Amino acid sequence: MSTKSKSIETKTDFNQDERLKKVSKLRILLNRPELGALGGAILVFIFFGIVAGDTGMFSAYGVLNFLDVSANLGIIAIAAAMLMIGGEFDLSIGSMIGFAGICIAIPAIYWGWPLWMSIIFAFSMAVLVGYFNGILVVRTGLPSFIVTLAMLFILRGATLAITRLITGRTQVPGLRVLIEDDPLAWIFATDTFKWVFTWLGSMNLIALRTDGTPLATGIPPSVIWFIALAIITTWILMKTRYGNWIFASGGDKNGANNVGVPVGRVKISLFIGTAVAATIFATIQVLDAGSADTMRGTLKELEAIAAAVVGGCLLTGGYGSAIGAAFGALIFGTVSMGIFYTDVDTDWFKVFLGAMMLIAVIFNNYIRRKVTESK
Amino acid sequence: MSDYLVQFNNISKFFGKVIALKDVTMKLKKGEIMCLLGDNGAGKSTLIKTLAGVHRPDEGEIIVEGKKTIFDSPKDALDMGIATVYQDLALVSLMSVTRNFFMGREPMKGPPFFKTFDIEKANKIAAERMGQIGIDVRDPSQAVGTMSGGERQCLAISRAIYFGAKVLVLDEPTSALGVHQASVVLKYIVKAASQGLAVILITHNVHHAYPVGNSFTVLNRGKSLGTYEKKNISREKLLSMMAGGEELNKLEVELQEMNRKN
Repeated sequence: MSTKSKSIETKTDFNQDERLKKVSKLRILLNRPELGALGGAILVFIFFGIVAGDTGMFSAYGVLNFLDVSANLGIIAIAAAMLMIGGEFDLSIGSMIGFAGICIAIPAIYWGWPLWMSIIFAFSMAVLVGYFNGILVVRTGLPSFIVTLAMLFILRGATLAITRLITGRTQVPGLRVLIEDDPLAWIFATDTFKWVFTWLGSMNLIALRTDGTPLATGIPPSVIWFIALAIITTWILMKTRYGNWIFASGGDKNGANNVGVPVGRVKISLFIGTAVAATIFATIQVLDAGSADTMRGTLKELEAIAAAVVGGCLLTGGYGSAIGAAFGALIFGTVSMGIFYTDVDTDWFKVFLGAMMLIAVIFNNYIRRKVTESK
Repeated sequence: MSDYLVQFNNISKFFGKVIALKDVTMKLKKGEIMCLLGDNGAGKSTLIKTLAGVHRPDEGEIIVEGKKTIFDSPKDALDMGIATVYQDLALVSLMSVTRNFFMGREPMKGPPFFKTFDIEKANKIAAERMGQIGIDVRDPSQAVGTMSGGERQCLAISRAIYFGAKVLVLDEPTSALGVHQASVVLKYIVKAASQGLAVILITHNVHHAYPVGNSFTVLNRGKSLGTYEKKNISREKLLSMMAGGEELNKLEVELQEMNRKN
């Protein structure tokens, strides 16, 4: 086997077309979809390092703060990116966050369910909603933009109506007391690596409260989820058969179908993925706040898509990366928090978000032409 | 047992009142290239889809390796070794050569439940296979979009062969290609046939078909005008049959008569 491959290698050298330029390592790196987002993230850190380096933004507390915001967005951005690579959109992510929140809170508070059961219930509902979105898009062939836009309104409306019907209000508080001793909730509500922060505090390396405990108590659960999801999804995309099917389904639906890729099933599973990610987001936030709000997650779907686009996903599908979306979320999270440490009015954040996305789209478009241009 | 690898006997297909195909018969032996010629609207697409298992024929029978079979889906046809390479080639231009080559049939490695796509192996096979055709893919992870039309066609054919095609159905493999590229693709088709595959080459270009074909079936308005061995028919005769030559001949005669009367 090895001799065979060797002979081919030498043959390739012989056949080297003199018209072909050697492709440099840099060029290969440039062809990676997440490059733009990585560069953007570095620029953002350099910028805030200069502008806000001495303001406490980069203290342990400050870092955890913007990481938490980035991570929350990142959880849904990664799922949105996977779906976009698969060639579809999900505009119902934000509504799903609100819906999942009350799916946890109402059973737990009003029906007396144990918290873990409510959480499982919320995830079951997410799978249902995702499946419904997916099957509707796959069966009707309608653009997912329209189908999930409808779902955006349906879910938000249902969330509001059901909550008011059962509770008479639009917020459901009182969850915090249930978290303790729950066999499941800790996965979404525990700060980790506390000992590191205690130790750092005892060494006087990080800021302390007046009672001597560190200001930053541990890594928030969102960050752990975010990192875990980024690693798992990147592994799926690069290293598994399912990953290849996602690219194929988004790149050319008919072509993929013709060679035996179960395009419909792939897309449905990705829709379930976004709904489940929205529910992870919702569970973490609801348990952190101790209450569910029917309006939670409003407009989050657009931020998730923006982060995915900044991360290198094409709106036409078939191209992109999960790690890129993670960097995209990191950029948005860092800027949205970092802006508080500067003299800039926070109203400008949305301007930045939009401009960033525009630049990303233009950049991605250019990259795509580079990747697919004929020789 | 017949020595035919695949036989399509008296295939008919109707869409409501429209007779799309009527009594089309094709028989292929191993290593044979049959060219299916026809002008636009001759029923080529319907025939391809029937061969590929997309349509079920309303009449007639399909016999693969001596066994009568019915294709319920494209997968059935594929499982029987009949692989169709459509004009769109089923290639994703944003994906790499390797990922395209193994799309839907990725080689796996690792323990159960943790199986991963064996990219190294896939890269090696893809580069090897493309090398055999004389296409040097510098880097199997380069996007298919960077390849030329002929190379893409060869990639699609090579993929079908690698995954066990016995009968290749090629839909207009040369129609979008320049002279040089077309000759590369045709050469590869001949090579594939010489390795024991049966090839059905669908085209409207007699100049591409005649040099490579062993037999020719001409399709006109959903009907077969007959199948001819290469030695029994000339390129010009084929061309005239395809273009509704009889009608043209008749027209010529009529014009001559008119001239004489004048």
